[in-house]
Amino acid sequence: MSTNNDAAQLATLIQKFNEPILQSWFEQLKAKAMTFDSGAGEATRKHCGQLLSLLGSAAQRGQLDNIEGREWDEVRQLLAEVSQNRARQGATPSETAIFVFSLKQALFPFLRSELEKQPEALASATWAITGLLEQLGLYTVQVFQESRDRIIARQQQELLELSTPVVKLWQNILALPLIGTLDSARTQVVMENLLQKIIETGAAIAIIDITGVPTVDTLVAQHLLKTIAAARLMGADCIISGIRPQIAQTIVHLGVNLEDVITKATLADAFLIALERTGAKITLDNKG
Amino acid sequence: MERIPILRMGKLLLVTIQVDMHDRLAMTLQDDLTDRIVKDEAKGVLIDISALDLVDSFIGRMISNTAAMARVLDASTVVVGMQPAVAITLVELGLTLTGVKTALNVEKGVALLEKSMRR
Repeated sequence: MSTNNDAAQLATLIQKFNEPILQSWFEQLKAKAMTFDSGAGEATRKHCGQLLSLLGSAAQRGQLDNIEGREWDEVRQLLAEVSQNRARQGATPSETAIFVFSLKQALFPFLRSELEKQPEALASATWAITGLLEQLGLYTVQVFQESRDRIIARQQQELLELSTPVVKLWQNILALPLIGTLDSARTQVVMENLLQKIIETGAAIAIIDITGVPTVDTLVAQHLLKTIAAARLMGADCIISGIRPQIAQTIVHLGVNLEDVITKATLADAFLIALERTGAKITLDNKG
Repeated sequence: MERIPILRMGKLLLVTIQVDMHDRLAMTLQDDLTDRIVKDEAKGVLIDISALDLVDSFIGRMISNTAAMARVLDASTVVVGMQPAVAITLVELGLTLTGVKTALNVEKGVALLEKSMRR
């Protein structure tokens, strides 16, 4: 009893009972309480049909015990597409796996009635097909996991870029409003953005506003000092603004040395001193 | 032997580093520059490193040493045109070039030197 024989069995079975298997499979999926809206149901039905016919033609050509082979390329491609779609739609991994596993229930009744007279062949075919579907199911879960990971990585990247804008406030004055905790990775992005912007605008002063930074510990302070040192090497002075009273207390208690840096309580104060430094004068019109 | 040219602009000396710095070149530059400061009675030195996109700790220390030497000879040094990647590298190496003036480009560097020389 070779595996080739089992593959041939599967191929004939799918060819012979294509429609009823499909119907039964679809019923299984519905019964497994996978919530469908009409559009998704249609799509699932289409995927079922495609997968079944690809499975049939792949079984005709190849072995059942290894889905890494060339014959299974198309099947794997389709499964990857299905599970990527599901990952995007926010389905759970088990729902995605059930899509493949429930084919077993649809397939085996037909297999049993077909091979009723040959129990050995039946056992062998059942064993081989179970193995195959398990491999395919695991493959979908793996692809599902990978595409979820990719989504998470992309979101992290977007968050990084979103949270570090460098704003030009005035000629030669940049502002860098920091929001959220500063870790090493973010500091790197902040630093690069700031330095790039200094080159682009030729700014002489950068105001780093930490109003949105919830806590300042020694590490955050060190990251800030690094950024300031790098900006100074490029010829731009930095002012730290938006220091809240608690943060001022923490900084002193931690013994962080900010003496070489200009610090201001509010962005307004920092902006004023920056304007003065760049030679601008402000006059208030008393009419209003 | 390869040398980095030193140009005189009035009381200022302009050093533009256009090639990859290796250690011997850096030492030669240090010798040449100190000689020229004395000979030309320069009051300011402008080191343009805008073409330098790779530094190691040795070159970083060399820049900071050169600035210190120039100060001893009564000339103030401005380092101009540092690339962002270079600035980040130097900071990560812990070389913040304390005591060295910096400017974004040659124009701003000259302005800074003239301001400090007027005092």
